[in-house]
Amino acid sequence: MIDALPLSVTLPLLGAFAVTVWPAHARALGLLAAVLTAASALTVTAAVWTEGVLRADLGGWGAPLGIALEADGLSAAFLSMANTVALAISVYAGGYFKRESARHFWPLWLLLWSALNGLFLAADLFNLYVTLELLGLSAAALGALTGTREAVAANLRYLLVGLLGSMSYLLGVALVYTAYGVLDIGLVAEAIEPGPVAWTAMTLMISGLILKAALFPMHFWLPPAHANAPAPVSAALSALVVKAAFYLVLRLWLDVFAPVLNEAAANLLGILGAAAVVWGSWRALRAERLKLLAAYSTVAQMGYLFIAFPLLAATPPGLARDNLLAAVVLLALTHGFAKAGFFLAAGMVQKTAGHDRIDELGGAAQALPAATFAIGLAGVALIGLPPSGTFLAKWMMLEQAMILGLWWWLVVMMIGTLLAAAYIFRVLSRAFNREPTPYRFVNDARTELPALLLGLIATFGLGIAAQPLWALLEQGAFG
Amino acid sequence: MTNQVLFAQLLYGGSGILLILLGLWSFLVHAPLLRKLIAINVMGAGVFHILVAIAYRGIETPPDPVPHALVLTGIVVAVSATALALAFGKRLDQDADPG
Amino acid sequence: MSFDAWLPAAILLSSMIPGMLIFLLSEESHRLRTALNMTGALVKLGLVIWMIGGVYDGQRYETRWTLSPGLDLVLSADALSVLFVALSTLLWLVTTIYAIGYLEHSPNRSRFFGFFSVCVSATVGIALSGNLLTFVIFYEILTLATYPLVAHRGTPDAAHGAKVYLAYTMGGGALLLVGAIWLQALVGPVEFTQGGILGVSPEEIRMELILIFFVLLAGLGVKAALVPLHGWLPQAMVAPAPVSALLHAVAVVKAGAFGIVRVVYDVYGVEFAYANGLLLALGILASVTIIYGSMMALTQDSLKKRLAYSTVSQVSYIALGASIFGPIATIGGMVHLVHQGLMKITLFFCAGNYAEALGVHKVSEMDGVGRRMPWTSLAFTVGALGMIGVPPVAGFVSKWYLGLGAADAGSNWVIGVLIVSSLLNAAYFLPILHRAWFRPAPKQWPQEHRHAGRLEIAGALLWPPVITAVLALSAGLFAAAPFSPLEWASLIAEREYGR
Repeated sequence: MIDALPLSVTLPLLGAFAVTVWPAHARALGLLAAVLTAASALTVTAAVWTEGVLRADLGGWGAPLGIALEADGLSAAFLSMANTVALAISVYAGGYFKRESARHFWPLWLLLWSALNGLFLAADLFNLYVTLELLGLSAAALGALTGTREAVAANLRYLLVGLLGSMSYLLGVALVYTAYGVLDIGLVAEAIEPGPVAWTAMTLMISGLILKAALFPMHFWLPPAHANAPAPVSAALSALVVKAAFYLVLRLWLDVFAPVLNEAAANLLGILGAAAVVWGSWRALRAERLKLLAAYSTVAQMGYLFIAFPLLAATPPGLARDNLLAAVVLLALTHGFAKAGFFLAAGMVQKTAGHDRIDELGGAAQALPAATFAIGLAGVALIGLPPSGTFLAKWMMLEQAMILGLWWWLVVMMIGTLLAAAYIFRVLSRAFNREPTPYRFVNDARTELPALLLGLIATFGLGIAAQPLWALLEQGAFG
Repeated sequence: MTNQVLFAQLLYGGSGILLILLGLWSFLVHAPLLRKLIAINVMGAGVFHILVAIAYRGIETPPDPVPHALVLTGIVVAVSATALALAFGKRLDQDADPG
Repeated sequence: MSFDAWLPAAILLSSMIPGMLIFLLSEESHRLRTALNMTGALVKLGLVIWMIGGVYDGQRYETRWTLSPGLDLVLSADALSVLFVALSTLLWLVTTIYAIGYLEHSPNRSRFFGFFSVCVSATVGIALSGNLLTFVIFYEILTLATYPLVAHRGTPDAAHGAKVYLAYTMGGGALLLVGAIWLQALVGPVEFTQGGILGVSPEEIRMELILIFFVLLAGLGVKAALVPLHGWLPQAMVAPAPVSALLHAVAVVKAGAFGIVRVVYDVYGVEFAYANGLLLALGILASVTIIYGSMMALTQDSLKKRLAYSTVSQVSYIALGASIFGPIATIGGMVHLVHQGLMKITLFFCAGNYAEALGVHKVSEMDGVGRRMPWTSLAFTVGALGMIGVPPVAGFVSKWYLGLGAADAGSNWVIGVLIVSSLLNAAYFLPILHRAWFRPAPKQWPQEHRHAGRLEIAGALLWPPVITAVLALSAGLFAAAPFSPLEWASLIAEREYGR
């Protein structure tokens, strides 16, 4: 059972080697690696659920030198979401990419996956840096896969911004090591005490990460990079890669810098989040292309997540805070499923129509009921309408905000919700036009079903059956 | 002895911080890709300076291995990132200048 | 778990599951789709009849599902919910038959009937909601499921109507959500309880509670088409006739009115609402809507638009009944929930038939339709007379109880409102009846489709209005019979006031 922990990092890495060595069988080998990786990651989740926090020290070296992996409720929750989404993306990619582009896609994709799992499971600050960098590199390379000028330029910018973020993070790590002589998250948390060093380190690390999480106003690099990538890559970037940066912020916030935090920092993150919600939603509404709309929507959705920090800071430890934390995680997970589903379905529509200009999508949307349904279901979750997980999460966050008397967050979130409804229905309204089309629900199972499934999980799965998340977070994530 | 160590650390660390600030300034101010890339690498060198300074514990004592491990890994990462960025840059140049 | 704990969920799923399956069907599987629709409708009807008996005997049905700690999805049945469930189930059955006839040979039927079923499931969910959270959830799902139906035709008009509909209902939904969250933050989970739960609330949050009432009312008022939030309803009449029936009689406006009743009686409690002046505010709003809707109806030449404004006016009788303190007016308001549904659906079916058979869309084109389509016109006449309040049609019973209740509560101005609105009702319906029966038919109808059979129009289109007209008539004639809407409304009033 314990072996699943390193396996979920090494399996995709092995897969990446295999597809590089035998490019002729890239698709089959890639899919095999995908299935095995997802299986081992879900095994980890199940084990955390039943047995509690898992830890593995690779090669028998303990802290501080060895590479340690650790899975608690928080990492297991993100891990299971990321791996389910990644599996769906893999299946989709199997149908989406032609032979030649598949050769380039699979090695990078599996590398990214390995970095992602490593990031969720890493137990020390430096390993986090390595996985973060690996994630950024593979993401930028994947994003430029189409080779078009826009895509390369956008991803070059993404790469450079990401490097800047990593530098800032690494500097923070150096400071932490100078001051406390340890890097293991648990040991740092024990040693840390309020003071200029800890504050500077926190500022450096979190600034670096919010740059990678595309928090307003550091979001400028995201829309072009995400909108110009091939559909499965866009899905991975928007649903998983930025989410990983948010996961790290949350992890540092909860586990490392808890004694150092102050309300001002939390409020600053919250205000930036609020600005992201309004600005991102507004730009999404004005977007002319479907994928650009989805990318700006990601900017907005990341904003919601950061609104959680002032709420968390204002809530005293206890049941209410645990519920709030669970709500935030639920929001992040639902968004992961929904945004991936949205991008995958949008990719299908784009492929059928030959373009993704929203105003001219009519025929394609109507001819692809399953893809349109996937967009609709994912859209419901992005707006935050019931019965999606987002609705539940927003309800809990807003209820807590009202209990605390912080009503302005409710106003911001409602504005975001209404704007989201406007931009999602701008797309969905294209599915109704007069020309009768032969109605076949599923036209291309391999690409449509993964999108539909992700939409269903976001809207029904996490909305109606979110209970297990609480059981999972009981394992080491609740205060 | 301790003073010596401290001085060496300050010298190294201080120049590290200087490099980082220079790099950051250059990154933010200059538009051309190559300059940005060099700026990032200068910043990286600054961070590595600081890490090496941290590791130093005097002539007689062996240095702390952890920061050294970090620097080595960091260099590998920085080299790959630079390579990727250059590849992107080359691709853009080809587009700009067909023929 | 026992059957009792699953019955509410089963009623919900009896239309949800067929709906989901219908989405997957190809356009040509006409028989299978019809079979799924009818099976769902009949199973639902059977389950509802079972439930009516149980609720009458005081049996408790409740499905409870924990969404997250402190937030439960609760489906439960009390007398009020059963009233609405029974209405929507019955009318869904009839509307489904009508829709099958109406949409024959038109494109995208799988999509249409799929959303149609989801729509009814959401309505049943609203009716069975046991707490405010559940209500909000199904209220929003209803918005989502009706949007594709309004947009169904895909014409620029339909797109515009759907957009307006969405803008209004999303805004309303957001207000409802804000109100619900705010209330829950103040007093904890809001379970619908006969007699309300706020009667015992501390004095210092009173102002906030009053403010929340108006936020909730604004949210619900959009679907209930209270002035000035009614603007979407006349626009949405671009939808196909069965959808209009659904919007006006089965689901949407009813959901708003039902919500207002729930909030007044089972959240705030009628005594609390009365003591704090909330009832008076609601009563004034309802009265203004009643008069305004009727005046607007008077000026419309488009038949469906006239009917739409008539709905604006008539649905507010329900809110009016809720706003008068006293059991008799409550009975009047509650029973109108059913009566208005029966009468209005009849009128919309008939309007659909005129359009389908003769191409008649305007009141001014209706000369002589009575002789050309006697059965349809007879049903239309019953519905129209009922709306005016002519005995023995159901509408009379509603108005009688509303008037009696108002007199009993000393709110004599309400009687004035009732008289004025009835006069206006007469003024916009009687000319239609006069044209239909006493004016000669034109030489040529705008766009005539002769039906091959013996009937004036296909059976699937003729029987539904005839059946609903007969039901509207019987609800008035046999108002005193056991299990009549009136008797059931009395039961509700008894339970709400009988603490």
